[in-house]
Amino acid sequence: MPETAVPGATTPGANGKAALAVSGLRKEFGPLVAVDGVSFAIPEAGSLAIVGESGSGKTTIARMIVGLERPTQGTITACGNDRSRPARSARDRRRRGREVQIVFQDPYTSLDPRQNAEATIDEVLRLHHGWPADRRRTRIAELTGLVGLDARQSRALPRALSGGQRQRVAIARALAAEPRVLILDESVAALDVSIQAQVLNLLADIRDETRVSFILISHDLAVVRQLTDEAIVLRRGQVVERGPTAHVLDDPQHPYTQRLRASVPRPGWKPRRGKLPAAGEEDPTP
Amino acid sequence: MSDQAPAAAVTPAEATPGTPLLDVDGLTVRLPIEGIHRPVLRDVSFSLRQGEAFGLVGESGSGKSMTARAIDRLLPAGAQVKGSIRFDGNDVSALTGAGLRQYRGQAAMIFQDPRAHTNPVRRIGDFMTEALRTNLSVPAGQARARAVDMLTQVGIDDGERRLQQYPHQLSGGMLQRVMIAAALLTKPRLLLADEPTTALDVTTQAEVMAILDGLRREFGLTMLFITHDLELAAAICDRTAVMYAGQIVEIRRSSLLHDDPLHPYTAALAAARPDIAQTAHRLRAIPGRPLSAFEAPLDECAFAPRCPHAQDACLTAVPGLTETGGGLSRCVRTHELRGKLQVASDA
Amino acid sequence: MTAAVPVTVRSTTRGARAVGMLRATGPAGIASAIIIAVAIFMAIFGTWLAPFDPITPNLSLAWVGPTGAHLLGYDFEGRDVLSRLIVGARTSMLGPLAVVLGSMIAGALLAVAAAWRGGTLDAFISSGLDVLFAFPGILLAVLAAAVFGAGLTAAAIALSIAYMPYVARVLRGAALKERSQPYVAALEVQGASGPSICLRHLIPNIMPLIVAQATILFGYAMVDLAAISFLGLGVQPPEPNWGVMISENQVGIPQGYPLPALAACVCIVAVVIAFNVLGERLFEQAQAAPR
Repeated sequence: MPETAVPGATTPGANGKAALAVSGLRKEFGPLVAVDGVSFAIPEAGSLAIVGESGSGKTTIARMIVGLERPTQGTITACGNDRSRPARSARDRRRRGREVQIVFQDPYTSLDPRQNAEATIDEVLRLHHGWPADRRRTRIAELTGLVGLDARQSRALPRALSGGQRQRVAIARALAAEPRVLILDESVAALDVSIQAQVLNLLADIRDETRVSFILISHDLAVVRQLTDEAIVLRRGQVVERGPTAHVLDDPQHPYTQRLRASVPRPGWKPRRGKLPAAGEEDPTP
Repeated sequence: MSDQAPAAAVTPAEATPGTPLLDVDGLTVRLPIEGIHRPVLRDVSFSLRQGEAFGLVGESGSGKSMTARAIDRLLPAGAQVKGSIRFDGNDVSALTGAGLRQYRGQAAMIFQDPRAHTNPVRRIGDFMTEALRTNLSVPAGQARARAVDMLTQVGIDDGERRLQQYPHQLSGGMLQRVMIAAALLTKPRLLLADEPTTALDVTTQAEVMAILDGLRREFGLTMLFITHDLELAAAICDRTAVMYAGQIVEIRRSSLLHDDPLHPYTAALAAARPDIAQTAHRLRAIPGRPLSAFEAPLDECAFAPRCPHAQDACLTAVPGLTETGGGLSRCVRTHELRGKLQVASDA
Repeated sequence: MTAAVPVTVRSTTRGARAVGMLRATGPAGIASAIIIAVAIFMAIFGTWLAPFDPITPNLSLAWVGPTGAHLLGYDFEGRDVLSRLIVGARTSMLGPLAVVLGSMIAGALLAVAAAWRGGTLDAFISSGLDVLFAFPGILLAVLAAAVFGAGLTAAAIALSIAYMPYVARVLRGAALKERSQPYVAALEVQGASGPSICLRHLIPNIMPLIVAQATILFGYAMVDLAAISFLGLGVQPPEPNWGVMISENQVGIPQGYPLPALAACVCIVAVVIAFNVLGERLFEQAQAAPR
C-alpha cells in the first residue's frame, strides 16, 4: 500500500521489503536514449501502473526488468536479489524466472502454436520443480481452473482459442512459476471490451488470492484506474509524474499528464487540436 | 476531362433534398469460410443523411468492418451479397470499371493501419496524387499543389517536403493524417472511416479526431465512423448504430446512448468498460464471448445466451427492429426494459 | 481484434497431420509422393526383386531389344536393363539421401545458432557461409575425387558441404523470425536455456520448412550425383547406378539402341521432378500455415 498520499510524489526505493525496486535506470540504443533515469519501487502485493505512449520507454523498462534487455546504467532489484546484469548460470536464470514474470500484449504470438495449454504449463513446472507427473497434473488443473479455462480449452491448440482464451493461457503460464511480481505489458489492449472486462476481473481475483505484485504497462487510463494503486507517467523515457493512481488521474499536475487525461473520450468530450505535438507524431529517427 | 461514364455511373449532382446520401437496405453477405458459405452480415439496414456523422460500434465478429467494405465494394472474392446499397439513389452493385472508380472517389475509405495500405516503395506525393491524375485527369502540377494544400488542412505544414518522402519516414499519426488528406483530395461526399485511430496513441487519436471532425464540418461531408469504442463514437457522431453477430441491434442518437440505451447489449457493453473516474470493485463483465454472424443460431436472438434480461420469448425467433423513443432496437422486450438499462454505478 | 473464425479442431496426431499435409498438396503432389514411394521401395528391396542378374555380363546378348520378361531389353554388356534399374535405385537414392542429411543437419545447426545468438557469432557464420557459396557442388566433388579417389562417399561429402550454405540461408531467415516471437521471449523469461528453446520450440516450428527444403534438395542432389557418376567420379562400375548407366550406354544412342540410356534417364528425371513438385507444394504449405 502507498506510504504517502502526497499527490505527485512517492519516494522511490525507500522500503527495504519492496518486491521490486528500480533505481536510476537508463537505456541507450546508440545515440537514442530510450529510458532516462527512471526509479520506482513496489511493495509486496502492491500494484504500479507505468503509463505512457509510444516512445515513452515503458516497454523497454519491462524488458530490462525481465532480462530481455541490458540496462546501460542503473540497478534493478527483485525480492532482494540484484538483477541489473545478465544471469550467469542456468540456476540463476530459473531463480529470476520465479521472481518476476511477464504477460505480453499480443495473444496471437505469445504462445507456441504447437503446444496446448496443459503442455505449456507442464513445461514451466518441469523447469522449476522436480515434481512427479501426477503432482504436476494436479497443479495444471489448479492453474487452468484459476484462469477460467475448461478441459476442452486446456487441451486445444492456440489456433482453436480466441484472443481472450489465449491470454488466459499466457497468464496461467506466468503464474506457474509462482512469481512475486507479474508484469502485464498491455496485456488486455488487444482484447474486445467485454473480454477485457473478464480478464481484468480475473487479474484482480488473482491478486487477491496469490498476493502477487502487479506492474501494469498501459496507455489506457481507465484500465489503469481499475487495476492499480500507484502510477508513474512516462514521456520520452523520463518520469514526469507519479503518485497514487486516483490522484494522478483526477488531479494531474504535469501538462503532459493533463493532456493525456484530456484526450480520453467520454460523454460530452469534444476533440480539440492541441499545441504540444502529440506523442508518436515526431518523425522516426532517420 | 475524364470519359463520360455510362448510365450506371454515379453522377455527383446535387442530392434531391430528402433522399438519403447512403441507403443500405436488407444487406446480407455470405463469405466462403473453410469452403462453406456462411453469413457475416444479416439484414443490415440504415441510411445516412447528407452531412451526418454516423457511428458503427461493435466487437470482433460484429460485422462493422464488413459493412464498410460492402459499401465500398471491397468484399473478398466469392462473397454473396443480397439486399441493396444505394448511393445518392444509384445502386452501387451495378457499377463497374470507370463508374466504380469514380464512385470510390466519392465514397472514400480510410483504413485502420495506414502502413498496410501504402506501398513502401512509392513516395507520398505519387500515392496522394494518383487518383487525381488518373481518374480526374488533373495535370500533375495542379495535383501536387492541391495535395500540399490538403496536407496543410490536416496540420502538416511542410507539405512540399513530405510529398518527397516515403511512408517509413513518417510516424503512424503523420501517415494517418496523410491518408485522410489523400482521401479528401477527390472531394468525396462520403467518408468511410474504419477504425482510423485504433492503432494510434491516445493523444494522437485526439488530434486526428479533431482534424476529422473539423474537416467534415468544413466540407459538409457525411461520415460513417467505425470503432469498437462506444465513447469515441458517442463523442463525435450524431447517431450511432451498435452491431452484434452481423446484425444491427440498436440505432440511437449518440447523446442518448449512454444514459438511455435501448438494447441490453449496448448497456452491457457500456457497463463492461472500466471508468476512468472511479475504481469499481469488479467490472460488470458479460459472460461468454462475442459471436460472429456465422456462429449465431438463425432462429433466436443472437445475444440471448449472454443477456441478463433474456426470457423464453427471446429464443423463439430473431427479433425485428422495434422503434422506441426515436431509436431502433432489436429486442422483444425493448418497451418494458426502457429506462431500466442505463449504467448503474457499482457500490 | 480479429474476428473469430471457426477452426474445426482436427486430430493432432502426427500421422493424421502428415496425411493431411499430403492431401493438401493436390493431385500432382500425391502423384509425386507415389513415384517417390516406389523409388524408395525399390531402393530398399531392389536386390531381392530384380528378376535377373544385374551384374554378370553376357556380351552375346548386348543391345538386344525388349523380349518376353526382359521388358527393357539388354544393355551394352548384355545385362537386363530393368533389373539394373531396380537394383540401381539403391545407390541412386542413397547418395542424395546422404547429401540431404549431411547438408540439412549442418545447415540447420549453423542457422539456428546464428539466429539465436545473433551479433558476432551470426556475422562470423554468415561470412563463412558466403565463402562456401563460391564453390559449385560439382567442382567440389571433382576436387574431392582428385584428392580422395573416385567413389560415392567422397562425392556425397563434397556435395553436402556445397549445399550447406543454401540450407543455412533459408533456415536462418525462418529461425530469426521465430526467435523474435513473444513466446520465445516468454520462455527466456521463465529461465529456459537457449539450446532447450531451440530444440523444443524453434526447430519444431520451422520443421515444415525444413521438410520442404530437404525434399527440394533431394532432387538437386540426385542430378548432381548422377552427373558425377556420369563423369566416372562417383559410383564405379559394375555397381548399377542410374547415372553410370547413362554414361556406359550412351554409345548405343547413335548406333540405334537408345533404350538403356533413355530408361535410366527417365528414372532420374521422374524421381527428380517428383521431389521438386512435392517439395514446392510442401514449401507453399509451410509458408501459408495458420498460427
